[in-house]
Amino acid sequence: MSKERIQISEDLYDIMPPDYQDLVKSATYGKEDRGWKDIGTSKELIEQHSLCAGCPESMAFRYILASLPNPEDTVMVGSTGCTSLVFPMVAVHNIHSLFGNQNAIASGLKRALSVRFPGRVKDVVVLAGDGATVDIGLDMTLQAWFRQEKFTTICFDNELYANTGGQESGLMQKGFVAKMAPVGKLFDKVRLPEIARESGCHYVVNCTVSKPSLVEKVIRNAVHIAREIGPTYLQLYTPCILEIGKNSMEGLQEMRDSEKPTERFAYKEYISEPAKQLLAELAAKDKERKAAAKQLAGQASA
Amino acid sequence: MADIHSVIGTKNKKGQTYTDTWKLMNEAPRTPSFFTGSEVIKEALRRASCDVMIAYPITPQSEAAALIGELFAEGYIGDYFRGESEFAVMSQCAGAAFGGARVFTTTAGPGTMRAMENFPMWSGARLPIQMIVTCRGINSPLSIQPDTLEIAYLLNTGMLVWHAETAQDFFDWILKGYMVSEEPDVHLPLALCCDGFFVTHTKDVVNLTPADMCLPPYDPYRSPVPCMDMECPPVRMMRDPFVMKSNYISYATHASWQQEIWAAVERSRKHSIHWLNGLIDTENTDAEIIIVASGTAVSQGREAIRLLEDEGVRCGLVKVKTLRPWPEEEIREATKNAKHIFVPEFNVTGWLAKEIKATISNPERVHAGPRVCGGMTMPPEIIVSEIKTALGMKTFSLAGRGS
Ligand SMILES: Cc1ncc(C[n+]2csc(CCOP(=O)(O)OP(=O)(O)O)c2C)c(N)n1
Ligand code: SF4
Ligand SMILES: [Mg+2]
Repeated sequence: MSKERIQISEDLYDIMPPDYQDLVKSATYGKEDRGWKDIGTSKELIEQHSLCAGCPESMAFRYILASLPNPEDTVMVGSTGCTSLVFPMVAVHNIHSLFGNQNAIASGLKRALSVRFPGRVKDVVVLAGDGATVDIGLDMTLQAWFRQEKFTTICFDNELYANTGGQESGLMQKGFVAKMAPVGKLFDKVRLPEIARESGCHYVVNCTVSKPSLVEKVIRNAVHIAREIGPTYLQLYTPCILEIGKNSMEGLQEMRDSEKPTERFAYKEYISEPAKQLLAELAAKDKERKAAAKQLAGQASA
Repeated sequence: MADIHSVIGTKNKKGQTYTDTWKLMNEAPRTPSFFTGSEVIKEALRRASCDVMIAYPITPQSEAAALIGELFAEGYIGDYFRGESEFAVMSQCAGAAFGGARVFTTTAGPGTMRAMENFPMWSGARLPIQMIVTCRGINSPLSIQPDTLEIAYLLNTGMLVWHAETAQDFFDWILKGYMVSEEPDVHLPLALCCDGFFVTHTKDVVNLTPADMCLPPYDPYRSPVPCMDMECPPVRMMRDPFVMKSNYISYATHASWQQEIWAAVERSRKHSIHWLNGLIDTENTDAEIIIVASGTAVSQGREAIRLLEDEGVRCGLVKVKTLRPWPEEEIREATKNAKHIFVPEFNVTGWLAKEIKATISNPERVHAGPRVCGGMTMPPEIIVSEIKTALGMKTFSLAGRGS
């Protein structure tokens, strides 16, 4: 999509909702170096949402949407869960269909877009909860990876089924007492990042969303690698403050506590060899581009 | 994107000419060919300008699904792969259709049931996917035999549901089906059903359209809902997701959306009549006895009518082609003179008879049978015997045969 597509006819301008006017005026579609730093100075690709106040999922959404390298040609796929409360307010095309089928939807979508737009970039990004990714949708999560489908899978890991009221999930920690785990969860947190690597993902990261710059980096890497090489997987800790009994202000601290080196969300990353090569190439190109821009700026001021 | 009319007369990468569908179906020369039903599905797909086909093995559709893979290898289909289960396949089909592709898939029996959650989602999302259902048993113990019970489960999904009698129906309806499904005022998925084995695995003479002519491509921008390809503005769809609200606006939204889907099924009526030359076919509806059937039960009914004629009993026939939209007026009109209406079916519950009873006046005229299931064949003689018994005529007893 080119940015012209979202322009408003002058005659209709004043009847368009203000948030749409803002999108046209100052959203960062098509901006080369878009990233988390645009937040506050541009129109974000997310509007007011109905998550609980202070829910880290909302931070994660904002950072991710600010960091997508190519939102004007990105289609997102969601699933049922707290994330599905946000997607209707997201200004990139997105699909909600059923609970747990997100990687199957994305497989069909990516292939359709490749057939219809050969030679053009159309990124597909899945974003779903841990229940959707690891429990009900696990077969479709893995099979998309086995098939080397070229899209990014992001799991918002809040270690439980939040939207239905805090039931046990596969990514819940062992021993945690929850609905449907009345004597505490009896088995370990499923090790999906390791499974992702074994299943053929070329880029796997396990981290929290406490640092926007980190979220930006891993999103950009994951989308670029998926576009060129094969499946990528990000598991992001977005604690459900409601169900673990935290206040609105405490989400950030909860993430910081859980990302300490010995904790379960200490930063972990896997990059396949071809993906490493791609990242090196991208970094080199970036450097070249920045140097050229600097030179140009120098000439202009000279 | 090129619009449909501007591509007519041009060639695709396989050298096929995009042809106006009405001309293709009604005016282009036909070549009689002796093919199995599965091969006929392949030949229809060769001409369907299909973007994405997703396959999964289950008898009796596996052969057709594999043959379409050959078409892909030859370059006739944009993309093709085997999914991991029917549930996943139907979601993959949805993803491809959301992305603006013309999509095709095939399934049967347990596959239909496994995928069921997807079907109301397809119609709710207005995805004009075409799914061939080669009906087979869904009971336990496991059965692969012909049985049409699964169709009953599809009737309330909001999909269009058609029931082919012959391989010729199949060939024509696959191509015509896309024309109805993709109309902007319809834009709904189509379950094109046939009776497994009887149609898929038997050979029949089918008149094929020329292989170098194909349907115009699907134009996703005629869809009543936005295509998810970021080629049009990504407007916010709603202020609050309705799932979260327990208020009147939320209920009204869901209610009106459901009503709109069923209104779209209704609106498909005129297009289906146009393409299929009516929702039902009739013979001798002035007779006092009428057989109403769908699928291969129609063929058996036709044969029974011939046998009855030999004995001086005159009997009419109604072939129901579309189950959704349901030919309510047509069936009422065609059966208005009938004193006895027989509904032979290949399933245990008799879903077609129930639909007919709910449609006509004096429903006690309906004899809900004969019914066979679990893979049993329906010899015309049992239809004859059912009719003669109801009329108080002497008939042979099946149980006594051979004793
Ligand atoms: C087929 C089906 N089963 C169950 C549900 C009920 N359901 C809705 S959301 C949800 C839990 C979502 O959990 P998760 O994926 O972890 O997302 P979260 O809400 O925690 O962000 C469940 C079980 C459903 N909508 N569909
Ligand atoms: S229930 Fe939990 S995950 Fe869902 S919005 Fe509230 S805090 Fe966030
Ligand atoms: Mg969760």
